Amino acid sequence: MLSVSGIHTSYGNIEALRGVDVEVAEGEIVTLIGANGAGKSTLLMTICGNPRATDGRITFDGNDITHMNTHEIIRSGIAQAPEGRRIFPRMTVMENLQMGATASDPQYFDEDVEKVFSLFPILKERTEQRGGTLSGGEQQMLAIARAMMSRPRLLLLDEPSLGLAPMVVKRIFEVIKEINKRENVTVFLVEQNAFHALKLANRGYVMINGRIALTGSGRELLANPEVRAAYLEGGH
Amino acid sequence: MAAERHDPAARRMDTGAMVKEAGATAIVVFALAFALVGLKTQDVPGGLAIITRFDDVFAATAIAFVGRMAIILLRVGRPRLVLATALPFAGILMFLLLSSRFLDPETGEKLARFLPFDSVVVNWVTTLIALGFAGRAALAIRHAAESLESLEEREKTMDRVGAQVQRAARYLGPALLLLAIVFPFMPIADRWLLDIGILVITYIMLGWGLNIVVGLAGLLDLGYVAFYAVGAYSYALLALYFDLGFWTCLPFAGIMAAFAGIILGFPVLRLRGDYLAIVTLGFGEMVRIILLNWYKFTKGPDGLSGIPRPTFFGLPFKRSAPEGVETFHSFFELTYSPIDRIIFLYYLILIMALATNLFTLRIRKLPISRAWEALREDEIACRSLGLNPRNTKLTAFAIGAMFAGFSGSFFATRQGFISPESFTFIESAVILSIVVLGGMGSQIGVVLAAVLLIGLPEFFRELQQYRMLAFGAAMVFIMIWRPSGLLAHREPTIRLWGRDGPAEAPK
Repeated sequence: MLSVSGIHTSYGNIEALRGVDVEVAEGEIVTLIGANGAGKSTLLMTICGNPRATDGRITFDGNDITHMNTHEIIRSGIAQAPEGRRIFPRMTVMENLQMGATASDPQYFDEDVEKVFSLFPILKERTEQRGGTLSGGEQQMLAIARAMMSRPRLLLLDEPSLGLAPMVVKRIFEVIKEINKRENVTVFLVEQNAFHALKLANRGYVMINGRIALTGSGRELLANPEVRAAYLEGGH
Repeated sequence: MAAERHDPAARRMDTGAMVKEAGATAIVVFALAFALVGLKTQDVPGGLAIITRFDDVFAATAIAFVGRMAIILLRVGRPRLVLATALPFAGILMFLLLSSRFLDPETGEKLARFLPFDSVVVNWVTTLIALGFAGRAALAIRHAAESLESLEEREKTMDRVGAQVQRAARYLGPALLLLAIVFPFMPIADRWLLDIGILVITYIMLGWGLNIVVGLAGLLDLGYVAFYAVGAYSYALLALYFDLGFWTCLPFAGIMAAFAGIILGFPVLRLRGDYLAIVTLGFGEMVRIILLNWYKFTKGPDGLSGIPRPTFFGLPFKRSAPEGVETFHSFFELTYSPIDRIIFLYYLILIMALATNLFTLRIRKLPISRAWEALREDEIACRSLGLNPRNTKLTAFAIGAMFAGFSGSFFATRQGFISPESFTFIESAVILSIVVLGGMGSQIGVVLAAVLLIGLPEFFRELQQYRMLAFGAAMVFIMIWRPSGLLAHREPTIRLWGRDGPAEAPK
């Protein structure tokens, strides 16, 4: 479905991605783990066309999206819940969801709102509350819900567990699984919380210094001694 | 600040420290006033002479000392002392100021010499400040328990007031509208008041137009007057070169201005905040300088005169019309009165402004308006939702500019004469102040701010240069007390439960 091959991305003189290859097949949950500054978020953002890849090729459903504008990429069926949530703090929950529906046909709006409310019942109680007054977990739920409003076939999630309490993280990961199973949305998940992410994912990639260092099924990576030493033991 | 007030240590400030603080203030005032107030140049035969006004300098220093003491005393919770001093002081000043009115002129003259300053206005301002202190002290005595409201509490109260006014806007809006409609027929409405009314409504319309760009889309535009100029010159040039009427040109003026908005929009799309402000500022100046220097086309600094007046569906407002044309008064069998035209202009701008408002209120319910607001909050998030920031920003620029163009052509037809002089940066600044002061995005706030900033200064023309001083001071105070504007309270664009909200009120 999504195929990233030989992607290079630079910020000025600093090369953040140095030839990354990632494949995401339809219906999968794929996770990308790695340390701070490894280039995980850069990869997600490059898929969305901002910043642009300096070299390499990204295809989605066989179409080359490497040089498309961000809003065109989103309209082709990819949604992103960006790093740091980036909800609209002064707009209400409902307005945030409406913004999420920017790229989709208005006729599905009511149906889609019901769908995201069934995924995140808490948001239904908060429709008129301003985004900025929500708790961190609720904001993350809103960010995912907002991304779901564009009826994506591929959902890109950037560190949804960032700064959240363990209970909330658990809940978020449950919903991600539900989105994948029930709504048939393919998920590409970038995480620092390697344990949860690998447990959830069908397959995983480990990124070190802008390169993919390891790949395998979630189970394999969880059992891999290097991964355990670097990301699981002592850390989380 | 609030913590300091409730800190008992701060309350037990000893006299020495008080005098020291007040003395420091007095020294600063003395240093400032010595040259600014103390020395004055005056025309005398054979050149300029310097006259001294040291008595004023000493009066200012003394008043600054006493005033600072009053502030300190209020801060440490001794309002009674302040009240006991400020009230008699204000009373004496008032007595001296008014004495010539009710005593015989000679005694009045003698008493007036005891006034601290030469200028009557400065004396009055001093009196008002003293009264202000007295009022503050009286309030503090009433709330003896918390000698002064804490800053947050005051903020909360003001927010509540803002929200209430906003709620009252439902009634305030129609009430103001009714007032605006009947205004020309009220006995007090003379030519002068109508002219002020027209001026204020023009600025309200400009404010509403700019509100779309600044208030909704959050694009800081310091060159808005450029579009006003484009509209005015579009009408004037079309009318003068092609002999077209006001109503034919009005849409053209709007389109031209919108086009100018798009031209400005394209290069500045990538810019944000301060950078955008600087570029728009430059754009505004460019337009003015082009108008100034393109002499063959725009007559440059001489301006364009003889711009045709608007007609009432083809009926001109003239005492006598040329052959074959009927005038307004003869068609309706009225006696000719020159004020008819003014009243017509008044209603014309009123209708144009209301159309602007209606348009804004409608568009606020549409996705494009939500997109503007979202873009203002977080452009990156907007991109990640599939929004095209370029088109969204360009529409905001174009629509805002279009309304400036409409009001510009009204300006041209009303004045009958335009020159680049009318489109200087200060106009942009005033319009922007109206929007910011009113509370960004608030429609009724713009009305209040326009009345405050445009209407009031017209009434106080007698105060001459102090007028602008008061204007500046008012802006500073409003920005201190209401940094987000007079009526900053955003209504969501969509609600599930209607205005009164669900059982548990959302914050």
